[in-house]
Amino acid sequence: MNKPRILKETPSQTAGPYVHIGLAPRAAGFDIYEQELGTDIAGPEAKGERIRVTGCVFDATGAPVRDALIEAWQANAEGHFPHPEDGRATEPGFRGWGRVISDFESGEWAFDTIRPGPVPGPRGQLQAPHIALWLVARGINIGLHTRLYFPEEEAANAADPVLCAIPDPRRRATLIARRIEREEGVTYRFDIRIQGADETVFLDI
Amino acid sequence: MTEHSHRKGPSGPFFARDFARHPPARWPDYKTSIARSPSQPLLSIEQGLGEITGPLFSLRDIGPQDNDLLANYTHGGSPIGERILIHGRVLDENARPVPGVLVEIWQANAAGRYRHRNDGYLAPLDPNFGGCGRTVTDAEGYYFFRTLKPGAYPWPNATDSWRPPHIHFSIFGSGFAQRLITQAYFEGDPLIARCPIAQSIPDPQALEMLIARLDMENSVPFDMLAWRFDIVLRGRRSTYFENRPEGN
Repeated sequence: MNKPRILKETPSQTAGPYVHIGLAPRAAGFDIYEQELGTDIAGPEAKGERIRVTGCVFDATGAPVRDALIEAWQANAEGHFPHPEDGRATEPGFRGWGRVISDFESGEWAFDTIRPGPVPGPRGQLQAPHIALWLVARGINIGLHTRLYFPEEEAANAADPVLCAIPDPRRRATLIARRIEREEGVTYRFDIRIQGADETVFLDI
Repeated sequence: MTEHSHRKGPSGPFFARDFARHPPARWPDYKTSIARSPSQPLLSIEQGLGEITGPLFSLRDIGPQDNDLLANYTHGGSPIGERILIHGRVLDENARPVPGVLVEIWQANAAGRYRHRNDGYLAPLDPNFGGCGRTVTDAEGYYFFRTLKPGAYPWPNATDSWRPPHIHFSIFGSGFAQRLITQAYFEGDPLIARCPIAQSIPDPQALEMLIARLDMENSVPFDMLAWRFDIVLRGRRSTYFENRPEGN
């Protein structure tokens, strides 16, 4: 049996404008760690299609958020997570996790990874392939969770329990990336709107 | 893979997050939050494998000096300021220690200046202080950093807003749903009650959890004072999960 809930969670505070010092010091302007963390999600041996994800975070006024930090967490191409709670195998070097920051001028961000496979949901029901994203920035008091889904997965998306829990199709569409074909490979565009028209759906997980 | 990949810890979904403990997304006294807060309610979802799992870390991910801010950026001298030890345990809401937690910190120097290309405060940089550190909790959930007590600094909010001395903490648990960023303040500081960011936490008892306590039991005589800062992450519900009737 598990133990009862007897303590209370430490409250959140904003990451502030200088989150880079702690989590991406080179971007802050100095070199201190031998190895910065979160720069390679999939690793060299991961199977599956290599993709790039790009985007920008916008505030309520439509201005780009230029001090955001986003973390991604995803399964490998077979839908396995590198974690004992999953227990299924993943490729050596597959971390499933990475972090990326907004460009200080444009607010644009981008990361490279592999396309994830479908993953088990709460009751064994399969969920459509997706990448979990977590967003912090100055002015964000508690990190915002959301998900990126893939536009060509129409059948899987139509059956996905999270997407199905969003009744308004226009809001549902905020979680589905836009596919862009490029010579160097497929890019998915995923803009995040914190507030206002086309506000992204954020999750309480 | 990290050495923690095969560690079997507590399993199952996390307790629902109690948002009454946390600052509301929109807190008008902290002006930037107004345009950076969702206006729609969060969509509450049932946790699946992707929420109860998360990235795992080990000492192999970091360097041996990464938790020593007094030594990890020296350029021929020691950083200037009040030397401190800040330490504590990471527990979950079930009061279990959480081992293997990546704790990353960042802070201003003793003068209140950040080593960041976007910080233009007139206080000086310290050539021997970077201002960031990281560590991984041990089997008892324990962590520590050696650092300097950061200075207070003014920031653009109201015309004379000052941040109380604080250290930013980024914490990973064993599941992505536990991901947390917060700030540690220092016991007895009169700026805490005047800070719109600290005061964005509506529950005074919850704010108390962010105030590191002077810990004379663990001070290092003739060297440094100690401050205790324990962290609590979301705990796990007792439940039968998927097809594992042994539960947890």
